[in-house]
Amino acid sequence: MSFFSKSPWILHYDASSCNGCDIEVLACLTPLYDVERFGVVNTGNPKHADILLITGSVNERNIDIIENLYRQMPDPKVVVAVGACACSGGIFARAYNIQGGIDKVLPVDVYVPGCAARPESIIDGVIKGIGALEMKRKKSA
Amino acid sequence: MNPIVYAVLFVLLAPVFGGLLAGIDRIASARMQSRVGPPLLQPFYDLGKLLQKDARQVNPLVEPLLLGHVGFMAATGAMLVGGVDLIFVAFVFALAALFLVLAAGTVNSPYSFTGAERELVVLLAAEPFFILMLAAICKVTDASSYQGVLSSAVMVAPKLPGVLLAFTFVATIKLRKSPFDISTSHHAHQELVSGLTSDMSGRLLAYVEMAHWYESAILASFVILFFNWSVPLGLLAFAVIYAAEVLVDNSTSRAKWQLVLRSTWAVTLLLAGGNVLALFLLK
Ligand code: SF4
Repeated sequence: MSFFSKSPWILHYDASSCNGCDIEVLACLTPLYDVERFGVVNTGNPKHADILLITGSVNERNIDIIENLYRQMPDPKVVVAVGACACSGGIFARAYNIQGGIDKVLPVDVYVPGCAARPESIIDGVIKGIGALEMKRKKSA
Repeated sequence: MNPIVYAVLFVLLAPVFGGLLAGIDRIASARMQSRVGPPLLQPFYDLGKLLQKDARQVNPLVEPLLLGHVGFMAATGAMLVGGVDLIFVAFVFALAALFLVLAAGTVNSPYSFTGAERELVVLLAAEPFFILMLAAICKVTDASSYQGVLSSAVMVAPKLPGVLLAFTFVATIKLRKSPFDISTSHHAHQELVSGLTSDMSGRLLAYVEMAHWYESAILASFVILFFNWSVPLGLLAFAVIYAAEVLVDNSTSRAKWQLVLRSTWAVTLLLAGGNVLALFLLK
């Protein structure tokens, strides 16, 4: 029996987002959506996290940080890209410093569309991420 | 029953007690914030997950030290209910807590190190009180072991109300409720990202969690000492104290460690010290 589906701990990283998606991510923790119902904990520490949830796109400055955070997470781990920016660069895609979506640096498991992504779809994305987490665990076991 | 049986039962059942308590705590905290909260068994799911996850060993010292932490916590509880001298138990309890500080202190990360330093401050604030408390309990009951106190003709709580109040205060720290800038509790966005455990992953973090469950059970056993005529009454008192802690935790989310160190010494000296002094003077 696996416990990953019951206890996904999330690390939320704000790449170059406009903060719209971040507010929606935090809204998931509020009484209205309350993701803690599913055992989700917002850890703020890559070494405790199972899911790396990124909002915003990759730029010249944060590319190292994103890679570093991912490397620090113990296996099994998944990446959830939240919002149009994280999926493809979104509205900022053609800005001079933007390289594109998170999949330019990391293997993204779940893409959550929307500008901004709604809390409901973020929760859906996390649940999809849990599925991916389970698969990775089975593969490594 | 043989005291050894109690000791074994403690080692086996205390984690169940501690885990359920943590589950109730998380639901109660969520309800206080008008949320639904996680399932009751969530702490056990978390523990199971941590055991299945990869453990990053940052150096070869952390794991043995953390095993020492859990081991000595379990030993403290076993010795407590197993009838070992209470003062001795207080020292083993402090040693168990020290192992966690050492484990975090060996790590080279500034977060972990600051966390360890602050945990040391917490120890400094809390441990002298536990020695004073157990010494006072031994004094009023003329006994030196757990069973001795339980079978004493004197009820402890009416004699030591100040010490009991001070215990409630110190338990806030020991149950990892307050201050927010040291506690390793499960709140979102901890200051210093729960510094103490910042470099412990997978089963290493599970050890810390287990040790904390033992610690909760030890604190519950301490409360029973105050209500030594009836164990259910002691457990009821613990439930009341714990509910108060959850309330305090949710209403003083910005208390810092400086305040806690100063106020703990003031409160324990005034309440507990005054109480013990009064006992001697009124004799
Ligand atoms: S997807 Fe839209 S709301 Fe989200 S970070 Fe990008 S611009 Fe902002």
